[in-house]
Amino acid sequence: MKNSPGLHLKTYIFLLFIALFAPLGNVLLSKGMKGVGSAKNWQPQALLHVVTQVLRSGYIWFGIGCLLAFFVAYMLVLTWADYSFVQPASAFSYAIVAILGLLLLGEKVSPLRWSGIAVICLGVLIVSDTHPRTTEKE
Amino acid sequence: MLELILLICVIGAGTWGELCVSRAMKALGEVHDFRPAALVQFAWRAARVGWMWVGISLMTVAFFSLLALLSMENVSFVVPVTALSYAAGAIGAALFLREKVTKQRWLGVLVVCLGVTLVWLSRH
Repeated sequence: MKNSPGLHLKTYIFLLFIALFAPLGNVLLSKGMKGVGSAKNWQPQALLHVVTQVLRSGYIWFGIGCLLAFFVAYMLVLTWADYSFVQPASAFSYAIVAILGLLLLGEKVSPLRWSGIAVICLGVLIVSDTHPRTTEKE
Repeated sequence: MLELILLICVIGAGTWGELCVSRAMKALGEVHDFRPAALVQFAWRAARVGWMWVGISLMTVAFFSLLALLSMENVSFVVPVTALSYAAGAIGAALFLREKVTKQRWLGVLVVCLGVTLVWLSRH
């Protein structure tokens, strides 16, 4: 199982879920939080107001749903692949989140930021070329 | 300053939370049966592992810090800078989970960190 193609295929399918659900969830959370706004001060009343607004936002609930789907996929893949492999490999979501931020939220993404995201993806490719498991099964 | 504190919370609590969850999942073993009943049974077993609750608590702190950060900054900035957690994750995986982090993986993590620096510089 350690070097089987099945392990790799299963791992990459789950990584695809992780790469899609996480950015979509974050973009929905961002949309929701931009509507709520940040707390004006640290008084309990102000914080309670923000929390109430957060709980009433549909975007935030959809975002939480996407992140839950991401979390389930993430937990399952961690049962057979190394954490240090899964975590960087899921960084493709950083490129997707910028694309979604640009398309869905109309954010301005500067060339320098795109360069940074491209470098992050390069780092991901380097990490993805390593074997998903370095420890033996317990 | 507040944004930096929130970022540290997102990275620190998030990474340690994931490491704790990973440790719990490793203790439970690989999932072979993906039928709903089997997954529910697996979730029930996971809920009885202490590391799982420590991890979930830390990840909750990270989540609310992320929400606060998203109310202040663009998502195309916030999410890429949280990639700094890769460095913390690789160190934690080597020390806490005793995974063998190869030179190539370290190189990848280093490149990811370089990318995060560029994204940080694009802030203003």
